[in-house]
Amino acid sequence: MKNENAKLITIYTESVLESRLIDDIEEHGAMGYTISNAKGKGSSGSRAGSWEANSNIRVEIICDANFARHFTQHLQKTYYDNYGMVTFTSDIEVLRPQKFCAQ
Amino acid sequence: MSLSSIDPVIWFFLFGLFAGVMKSELRLPSQIYELVSMLLLLTIGLKGGIELARQPFGVLLPQIAVIVAMGFLLPFIIFPVLRYVGKFNRPDSASIAAHYGSVSVGTFAVAVAYMNTRNIVFEEHMALFVVLLEIPAILIGIILSKGMSKDTQWSKVMNEVMLGRGVMLLVGGLLIGWVSGPTGVESISPLFFDLFKGILALFLLEMGLITATQLSSLKKYGLFLFAFGILTPIVFSIIGIIVGTSLNLSTGGTAILATLFASASYIAVPAAMRISVPEANPTLSLSASLGITFPFNIIIGIPIYYAFSQYAHNLL
Repeated sequence: MKNENAKLITIYTESVLESRLIDDIEEHGAMGYTISNAKGKGSSGSRAGSWEANSNIRVEIICDANFARHFTQHLQKTYYDNYGMVTFTSDIEVLRPQKFCAQ
Repeated sequence: MSLSSIDPVIWFFLFGLFAGVMKSELRLPSQIYELVSMLLLLTIGLKGGIELARQPFGVLLPQIAVIVAMGFLLPFIIFPVLRYVGKFNRPDSASIAAHYGSVSVGTFAVAVAYMNTRNIVFEEHMALFVVLLEIPAILIGIILSKGMSKDTQWSKVMNEVMLGRGVMLLVGGLLIGWVSGPTGVESISPLFFDLFKGILALFLLEMGLITATQLSSLKKYGLFLFAFGILTPIVFSIIGIIVGTSLNLSTGGTAILATLFASASYIAVPAAMRISVPEANPTLSLSASLGITFPFNIIIGIPIYYAFSQYAHNLL
């Protein structure tokens, strides 16, 4: 089996956006995603994760370069003005790339 | 007032506040906090539901109509104050108005505990009012912030609000209590009713810790917000007393209604405003509702509102 190149989008943002992001991810046609709870500190202040209004999530999406470009642009346009959000894309290698990217 | 006359649950809150201010490591594991708040919401719902089972629902309809109307009205009273006296921008004013128009379940629970400790009777179906008062202010907040704009996805907003944890658990508890009735619920009462004060104590401990995190941001926003956070509950409680006595509620019931009007949301509304009015600064409304109004209500407010209610009932 051979590793293939893919992209990993990682998003840190406010928990309230969870259901919205899930809708967005599905509308953009990703095959899957992983969401976990997160806490930390950044330019929007400290997010201790102790209760609803103060918790963060980390969203990870494995996808192809095309999806990564479109989706991060969408995030920037929709959320960056008013929400605490950090997004980055990394190059990764995966087995079974067809599992992650609608070809 | 001697120290031992203060309800122990309030000491738990103050203890949490102290630990938070001192930057102690102390905290409730988040899963436990979730369980504790879930139990509180279900208990409040169940109690209300049992009471609903005892009386024909039709009798309550006039009360329900008045309470819902008040839920829509309250945010309008404070919006101009925030906008023109507080000089906040439109989204911030609308968001804070929504927080104060809505209710806090934690404050309600403390008021219930206050009445129970003193054997003061009140209409247990008030739990229904918690649900009724939770939602209208959110809609008004959104309208105040952007008008009846077409790009508000109302169905999505309603979905979020109605399916949110708080409303779901309250309504679920109400319905289960209602269909089971007083005898049916007996088998589960050890968990929900007997442990109520203990659960509330744990909840308030965490609330104290959370409130401590709001205090630092409070300094930034200064005197207006501080005054607003104390005067609004007092004014709203007086409106609550007037509404409660006109609805012929008992002294205890009137005091609880006043407490509901006086309380400000810190769970359902922040989440809804964050989604629907993202331009509003969440720190502003939270430091007011959680940093000032919540502690004010549970420590000083509730006894005052009860005194107001006694005074009003003596006048009649």
